[in-house]
Amino acid sequence: MSIISLININYTYPLEEKQTIHSLSLDLEKGCVYGLTGANESGKTTICNIIRGFIPELYKGELTGEVMIKGKNINDYNIGDLATIIGYSFQNPFTQLSGVKDTVYEEIAYGMENIGVPRSKMIQKVDEIVKMFQLEDLIDKNPFELSGGQKQRVAIASVVALDPEIIILDEPTSQLDPKSTEDIFEIIQLLKKQGKTILLVEHKVDLLAAYCDEILLISRGELVMQGPVKEILSNPKVVEYGGQLPQVALYFIKKAKANGSSVSQVPLTVQEVYDHLNKDGEV
Amino acid sequence: MSYLSLKNVSYSYANGYEAVQNMNLDFDLGESAAIIGQNGAGKTTAVKLMNRLLIPTKGEVLVNNLSTKEATTAEISKMIGYVFQNPDDQIFQDTIYKEIAYGLKNQKLGSDVMKNKVEAAAEICGLKESLNEHPYNLPYSKRKFITIAAVLATDPNVIILDEPTAGQDRESTERLGKLISHLANQNKTVITITHDMEFVVREFKRVIVLADKQKRRDASPREIFWDEELLRLSDLKQPFICQLADTLGYKGILTIEELLERDKNETYYN
Repeated sequence: MSIISLININYTYPLEEKQTIHSLSLDLEKGCVYGLTGANESGKTTICNIIRGFIPELYKGELTGEVMIKGKNINDYNIGDLATIIGYSFQNPFTQLSGVKDTVYEEIAYGMENIGVPRSKMIQKVDEIVKMFQLEDLIDKNPFELSGGQKQRVAIASVVALDPEIIILDEPTSQLDPKSTEDIFEIIQLLKKQGKTILLVEHKVDLLAAYCDEILLISRGELVMQGPVKEILSNPKVVEYGGQLPQVALYFIKKAKANGSSVSQVPLTVQEVYDHLNKDGEV
Repeated sequence: MSYLSLKNVSYSYANGYEAVQNMNLDFDLGESAAIIGQNGAGKTTAVKLMNRLLIPTKGEVLVNNLSTKEATTAEISKMIGYVFQNPDDQIFQDTIYKEIAYGLKNQKLGSDVMKNKVEAAAEICGLKESLNEHPYNLPYSKRKFITIAAVLATDPNVIILDEPTAGQDRESTERLGKLISHLANQNKTVITITHDMEFVVREFKRVIVLADKQKRRDASPREIFWDEELLRLSDLKQPFICQLADTLGYKGILTIEELLERDKNETYYN
């Protein structure tokens, strides 16, 4: 049984004539990391909102099809209960922070407070999360005094603190410097090892190539490509659909073209290219 | 004399936290630069000092020889336009047209002139078809372009973009690149904070690295991205193609094209 299934989903926002999602079906398996990518306005965030139940509960609009979470129709869940199963880090970290807590430490605990986690357990969890996200130097600061990137790390940490089985991260590294970005991807790897299912909206395909199991490519509200990272991110069709190929894959495709050679398997990461060239005796 | 200068500038927030320390920077008209650095390095504070959203606690910021300590915000904002990191901090009108036109209202322009300016700014930002829409009907990435258009419409000499590449797809990032080139051709200065190192390589000849509240280096992308010590001390990473070239033992490469050229001729850059 898939942990998330969307069955023939169609969705139109209120007052909109144009449909945002068209006949979309997908199955996501437990313990996998999925990279959801595609051009801006292709429907990525809308899909996240449908899975989390914010559509149609909060956004209204016209939704048809079925959303199954852990084998149960989403309509049979209370939206509050879903919060403990699905963690959702919003695209804009500035709107994620509660605004009612004076320190980063309290902000991370806020979600747990709301679902009644005992104090001692809460403290233990916050300490664990602070260490995981390397927030030690920020815990006493007011969340609104932090830089954009620091706020984003705190926003994601607050979601992970609730220990949900499914974690949706909508562009979690958009405000982050390259080092912090890689740190977040390392945390995603760690969460995968803990058996979490992760749906990651991201434009940074070079990192999706290194960390995801599967890629879901959305174009104009349709799921146009889905499959293992190696299969999707080496296919030039991705670009036609408004997506991107990793820089190293682009180099390798152009190199093969310049040499007049064909490649059956395009390497996607720096290490893979090195290994490939090394095998061919070119380095 | 430079159009925009930071002279020994330091800034401390009201809670005593010092975010910028003894910074010196100079920008001529028509000269664009990327500002890069770790989160919390002082990038946003540094640019807010340039347009008088913040006033230095030590040192001086001069715009066209006018100190921000003595000038009014209105005077400075005619010369320096700042696009906020978070577009939602900037947007407050109920249509995109009104949002872009807002900054022009005080300039006592005729309605035709204003309309032309709004439409020109909307065109370059890819918003011409959406002028009557509510800004919040557009996604975050497009709202960023609304705020850019609103600043461009007022025609300042210096445009500061705070993380315009955040959350943008390939097409929008390319649009930003074209926008920066277009402004540079009009002798504008574009100062851009970004974490997208590929974007920096493609669009800028000058890169300023900030770390721990200070300027660490002001140099070309090639000098910056092949200075291992600087990258390590500033918590920065090379663009992926530099990482690949480095793995292959080819120093100094910045782009796919250079790497392909290097493949053809082994002596290239050695």
